[in-house]
Amino acid sequence: MNSTQAKLSLGPLLFNWDVDKIRDFYFKIADEAPVDHVYVGEVVCSKRGYGNDYIPDVIERLERAGKKVIISGLALIMDDKDKRFMESHNAMSPDYMIEANDLSAINFLRGKDHAIGPFVNIYNEATLRYFEKGGAKRVSLNHELPCSSLKALADAATAELEVQVFGRLPLAISARCYHARAHNLNKGGCQYVCDRDADGLTVDTLDGVPFLVINGLQTMSYTYCNLMKELPEMLGMGINNFRLSPHDVDMVKVTQLYRDCLDGKIESDEASQSLEDEVFAAEFSNGFYHGEPGMEQVEL
Amino acid sequence: METLELVCPAGTPAALRVAVTAGADAVYVGFRDETNARNFPGLNFSPEELAEAIDFAHERGVKVYLAVNTYAKAGNNEPWIKAIDNADRLKVDAIILADIGLLDYAANKYPDLRLHLSVQASASNPTSINFYVREFGVRRVVLPRVLSVSEIKEINGQIDAGSEVFAFGGMCPMAEGRCSLSSYLTGQSPNMNGVCSPASHVTYEQLGTGLASKLAGLTINNFEEHEQVGYPTLCKGRFMANGKTGYLFEEPTSLNISTILPELIDAGVTAFKIEGRQRSKAYIGQVVKSFRLAVDKAKENEKIEINMDHLSEGGGNTTGAFKKSWM
Repeated sequence: MNSTQAKLSLGPLLFNWDVDKIRDFYFKIADEAPVDHVYVGEVVCSKRGYGNDYIPDVIERLERAGKKVIISGLALIMDDKDKRFMESHNAMSPDYMIEANDLSAINFLRGKDHAIGPFVNIYNEATLRYFEKGGAKRVSLNHELPCSSLKALADAATAELEVQVFGRLPLAISARCYHARAHNLNKGGCQYVCDRDADGLTVDTLDGVPFLVINGLQTMSYTYCNLMKELPEMLGMGINNFRLSPHDVDMVKVTQLYRDCLDGKIESDEASQSLEDEVFAAEFSNGFYHGEPGMEQVEL
Repeated sequence: METLELVCPAGTPAALRVAVTAGADAVYVGFRDETNARNFPGLNFSPEELAEAIDFAHERGVKVYLAVNTYAKAGNNEPWIKAIDNADRLKVDAIILADIGLLDYAANKYPDLRLHLSVQASASNPTSINFYVREFGVRRVVLPRVLSVSEIKEINGQIDAGSEVFAFGGMCPMAEGRCSLSSYLTGQSPNMNGVCSPASHVTYEQLGTGLASKLAGLTINNFEEHEQVGYPTLCKGRFMANGKTGYLFEEPTSLNISTILPELIDAGVTAFKIEGRQRSKAYIGQVVKSFRLAVDKAKENEKIEINMDHLSEGGGNTTGAFKKSWM
């Protein structure tokens, strides 16, 4: 595989890490990770977003390293607090491209160049066309779409399309905080317990099968999506942007493996094996892409 | 100002007749395919059946709404386009949509067709709702089950459309239209296939004196002999996390807001919706009759509690996110 057009992006950090850890993480990404775009901003819970003053430092460092920064917005906007938080993101346009994850953000961004994130439902060409007409230049697609839909959308797209190829999948979002609930708390008095699980709190079925993880208001897949072997097919469709979702692992190594794979320096089999051997032994999945249950790993 | 409506489910022509007779102001239905979010075997309407049902309802002064509330498939949107074309041809009173592409199509092609925004669109704030109102002429929004009564009141003061809330029946703890838990396990989702935790993937297994309910081979719940066995809806199962076993997401309960109807009317809600197009005629008859009474009393600011525990999932009731303590 050899595609100089192919670009890697680092999705927004979905977990509630300590501010110093976040800063260090992004500084390392800036210095060492071969990614083209970096999405920054709190997507899951507005309660986490206040007081996070690391963003300007991080943006500066990433830009100095030649990365393009995109600001990711909140996924579920319910009350005034959420709305004000979203507006603080939107205020960074047009200096930065904003990735809208809710229709209310798109409402503000229409007519300006913007990005649309995977929490806005775009399942078909007509919806894609509607948002493109409104100024969407980058669209990160929903993880649920099978390759047949990705292809049909890529055939129709004028915007840059992006697909998540690494990391736990954000399966659901709720008004209720499951992290708080798992600690016998409620959202109002959550004590920010979501900061205890850097990659989410594992949820097992009664059979003892690890199945999901909870991350505050969000419920995610236990498995890590890994579409390394599917990259050539997506490039063939005309999809050129691939999102890696941050986890508490050596993300520099992860991004390097995907980059090497895209550049044809190593085969996808070998890169996948390295991911398991050198980064971490996770359960991987690619089911959604192949039209199967999302948790499945379809052997190619 | 719209008059307050009781909007009732009709999964079959027979259930529609029951709902109409029992006191519904409007019924909502779907076509027999993947274009609606209750795409279950044996349910829903052919275009011919819908034409007859509309005649039956209209003769009795009851409106018929058509749900086309899944997301059209890339590369093949024909079933969805056909559903909208048929809705206009058959003169339904409104069509309930979630997909932006379909809203755009319907608004441009059939400007006189009344549009309601499905809960599957997950429009949870005034800005989002007004976006749909301005762009597509949406006249009513079905509010997501993530909002409290005070939030609903605030929203109603800021939107140029009626609002419909769920009053009774199954309840999603997740934001609707933004959940792929079902497809993660079974390959089939509400958004793409119109199903959640589909019956085709459900099995029950005897466990000593108890019973395990499974979805796609994974245990969603275990029931002791004395417990009422529930359907293994994924988010209402027992799981283990943080060293504890329990209903991590939501208990197998039903939404029942009969006790807070006056507050919701005061909050500006224009329609109450009963969930359950998959339910039996007997169930529909009882629930619709009870809620007819409750809504009529609530209009006079009288509160009555409807005890329908025997009709509820798992035998329990909740007012869900309408009360902040739920979150």
